[in-house]
Amino acid sequence: MQKVYTKIESIVGNVISVKADGVRSGDLAEVTTSTGKSYANVIKLDGDLVSLQVFSGASGISTGDSVRFLGVPMRVSFSDNLLGRVFDGAGKPRDNGPDLEDNMIPIGGPSVNPARRIVPKNMIRTGIPMIDVFNTLVESQKLPIFSISGEPYNQLLARIAMQAEVDIIVLGGMGLKYDDYLFFRDTLNASGALSRTVMFIHTAADPTVECTLVPDLSLAVAEQFALQGKKVLVLLTDMTNYADALKEMAITMDQVPSNRGYPGDLYSQLAARYEKAVDFEGAGSVTILGVTTMPGDDVTHPVPDNTGYITEGQYYLKHGHIEPFGSLSRLKQNVNKDTRADHRALMDGMIKLYAAYKDSLEKKSMGFLMSDWDEKLLKYGELFEKELMDLSVNIPLEEALDRGWKILSQCFSPEETLLKSDLIASYWPK
Amino acid sequence: MDYKTGRVAGVNGNLVKVKFDDTVIKNEVGYILVGEEKLKGEVIRITGEVADLQIYEDTSGIKVGDEVRFTGELLSVELGPGLLTQVFDGLQNPLPQLAEKCGFFLQRGVYLEAIPDKEWEFTPSVKKGDEVAGGDTIGSVQELMFTHKIFVPFTLPGVWTVDSIVEKGVYSAHSTVAVISNQKGEKKELSMVITQPVKVPIKCYEERVRPDEPMVTKIRLIDTFLPVAKGGTYCIPGPFGAGKTVLQHLTSKNADVDVVIIAACGERAGEVVETLKEFPELIDPKTGRSLMERTIIICNTSSMPVAAREASVYTAVTMAEYYRNMGLDVLLLADSTSRWAQAMREMSGRLEEIPGDEAFPAYLESRIAEFYERAGKVRLRDGSYGSVTIGGTVSPAGGNFEEPVTQATLKVVGAFHGLSRERSDARKYPAIDPLDSWSTYEGVIDKKEVDYAYSFVRRGSEVGQMMKVVGEEGTTLEDYIIYQKGEFVDSCYFQQNSFDPVDATVTIDRQKHVFSVLLDILSSDYQLKDKKDARNFFNQLRQRFLDWNGTPENKPEYEKGEKEIKAFFEARKR
Repeated sequence: MQKVYTKIESIVGNVISVKADGVRSGDLAEVTTSTGKSYANVIKLDGDLVSLQVFSGASGISTGDSVRFLGVPMRVSFSDNLLGRVFDGAGKPRDNGPDLEDNMIPIGGPSVNPARRIVPKNMIRTGIPMIDVFNTLVESQKLPIFSISGEPYNQLLARIAMQAEVDIIVLGGMGLKYDDYLFFRDTLNASGALSRTVMFIHTAADPTVECTLVPDLSLAVAEQFALQGKKVLVLLTDMTNYADALKEMAITMDQVPSNRGYPGDLYSQLAARYEKAVDFEGAGSVTILGVTTMPGDDVTHPVPDNTGYITEGQYYLKHGHIEPFGSLSRLKQNVNKDTRADHRALMDGMIKLYAAYKDSLEKKSMGFLMSDWDEKLLKYGELFEKELMDLSVNIPLEEALDRGWKILSQCFSPEETLLKSDLIASYWPK
Repeated sequence: MDYKTGRVAGVNGNLVKVKFDDTVIKNEVGYILVGEEKLKGEVIRITGEVADLQIYEDTSGIKVGDEVRFTGELLSVELGPGLLTQVFDGLQNPLPQLAEKCGFFLQRGVYLEAIPDKEWEFTPSVKKGDEVAGGDTIGSVQELMFTHKIFVPFTLPGVWTVDSIVEKGVYSAHSTVAVISNQKGEKKELSMVITQPVKVPIKCYEERVRPDEPMVTKIRLIDTFLPVAKGGTYCIPGPFGAGKTVLQHLTSKNADVDVVIIAACGERAGEVVETLKEFPELIDPKTGRSLMERTIIICNTSSMPVAAREASVYTAVTMAEYYRNMGLDVLLLADSTSRWAQAMREMSGRLEEIPGDEAFPAYLESRIAEFYERAGKVRLRDGSYGSVTIGGTVSPAGGNFEEPVTQATLKVVGAFHGLSRERSDARKYPAIDPLDSWSTYEGVIDKKEVDYAYSFVRRGSEVGQMMKVVGEEGTTLEDYIIYQKGEFVDSCYFQQNSFDPVDATVTIDRQKHVFSVLLDILSSDYQLKDKKDARNFFNQLRQRFLDWNGTPENKPEYEKGEKEIKAFFEARKR
């Protein structure tokens, strides 16, 4: 099966085609050009015509270059040797370390049987009140940070990664600025976390096809660590670049676009990746934190929109803090019932009042007279933003709850908070 | 086994071109042989001597020249005793059994028997020499709390005579219980298990009747204001995070129907797991048995193969119709129909069909209409009634209801429960927009009274909008009180505290009673000095009402709370 084909029939975009027999869908091939070698995978079979997607891009390929089918699908090496290493989107070392070829595992494997999943139940403490109190992060959750370019999303990601108690961190970088890659490497190094980290980095300058492999590589490795009983946190930044790479490839292959040029299967593609987040019964877990930048701060853009339907909530990072509106952790109710009796009620009550504050603020900006109630809300909103929302606040959950009651008592009388009387009796600061 | 064959001629994603040797039937099922594995697919297009198969599995590893076997049968499900409590994928593969066999992951090409070969006590209802036709009952077994009827296959044409039938006794599900023959001399052996093509609706009833009985969900806003009827259809569109699935989940727990079928179609696996772990623990207050005993889950979550997602809603609705024909009320909850529509879109794209709006295929509307039309209340041959109620969520792109799937759905449903981002952001549960939503069904409370309460919400919202422009100081006290009354209905009646064990589910009797108190409050005039006084009055009243909402009816505090509320507002009456 190691036959070499030396006549390339067509080269369109990153896709080349050759006439060959006995090739299997999804198989890997090696394309040798005058400038070097690249992997390619089989994406379409039509009679004896085989279409391949070249990882490093098709530019520079001659019609006389050779194609050798390897008879195996795309795989990645898995062992503890991965720890501390950096690879590119084709799985080749990016640091100066050796190429790893032991224990190759396939990527993009089948999904977990829903009947074997368990209900996630462990809170991940981050020390950020907007997460711990209002939208608790849970082990095995999949959660993106919705943001716009220029916001400190990578900083937030790195901070959560280091404060969260996990065994292994897998960082998948897609279309990452080189500086951001250095930032992650240096930050993880400084905190001593590098030795339990694996990085698959595709930078903005690398070939598009490799970008689409990063999530699969990262998640295949994460899954294996989890099966060995490790708690794994996968960081994927930025999934919008991933979706854009899919779009680019779909368009060059003449697929009918569905919405703003994105392929019709964008939802399924994203879901297949995010759904790798899982808590294995009797073994470890995979938690996925992603970044989805919203072009033009538009949450209805196809990428954040489809993502929101897949993930278990989202954190909106805007103006340097996590917005209480729109941010949501769908799994929080699994854990916030066991933290403290007032957690849920306080969480809801404070958000309702914050919504009312926003209304008053709007009225004020339009020049209306402020009633007593408005004045109270304005004071409340200001305190809330300063003492809980600010990203520099780093306190445990219990302290954050106490701080919430204190803010309420500074602004309102007990019945104005609409909280139930028994909670007020036990927690209202005397 | 007898089968026709073919050879793979091309692979494009999950679409496989097959050169067939003999003849091929559109929509018949074929298997592709890849090494040791058999991958299931359905013929969706035939051109010349090439058939296009959509494969229900991952297609990697298929090569040109691989053998294909055609079964000659349309995509079908098995129906019989033992479906309840089970968890299937979109092709009726039982997932827990699959997990026992294959471990953590969903291995492709493994197809297990949907109906376990369990033994049942069979009671015949026909005798030798009786004439039967498709859809007639030949006997019954006791499946959990239901009398499970055993039918002659629904698709069997013509009149048949019973040649033999077993005596009352214990038989396994797949063993022959009766033999029938027709005038042409054809003989058929019948077991308790029949197969039914999923895309062919089960008829075999006398007539469809108007859905006239409300289906209680124990959610005040739905039961009182936006009711759903047994045998009706409703849809829940909403942006992500607005609480579609939570609403479906609670409905699946609380709805007063006999059987609930949950079709988790292209959504998160985690949500199904919650149901899976929670339901066996929960006791249905109506029957005193575990909720799982009335539930079937069809689960084809977002990372499972897309083509099987398309099949999963049909699998679910076919099972619903089956139980309906036993005279039961069945609720089918499909979450989410948009994912199903997207599966059609993906396939249509691969077939290179000319795309319609947002690249959805041109037949989108007719497929959605066909699906919802499989709901309905029917009068059966024995005079009893059965119903299938369908509630589907819609996940519109960008939360914008002006998109093809939402619009096509709105045309064919009887009630619309639209969720709004504003309400969910403000943590208002349920986040159904009370003003945009509508229902064409009749509820349990007099329509006039409901409209009267609604009028306060509508006018209150208008005053609220106006206040945003002219400010509180530009609003008359009279208008301000209407605004407060509207807000009062919203926070004390529309909204429920889903975490509160009492307030989360409200019985119809309690709804009627609380609603009468609410009407009293709304229809009264109060002596209020100014807006601040009005705000304080309603705040205090609301606090009392919310506490009352959280009090169980069987406690003395319930009556006490009611008296306090009445005393409080009556003291301020003009």
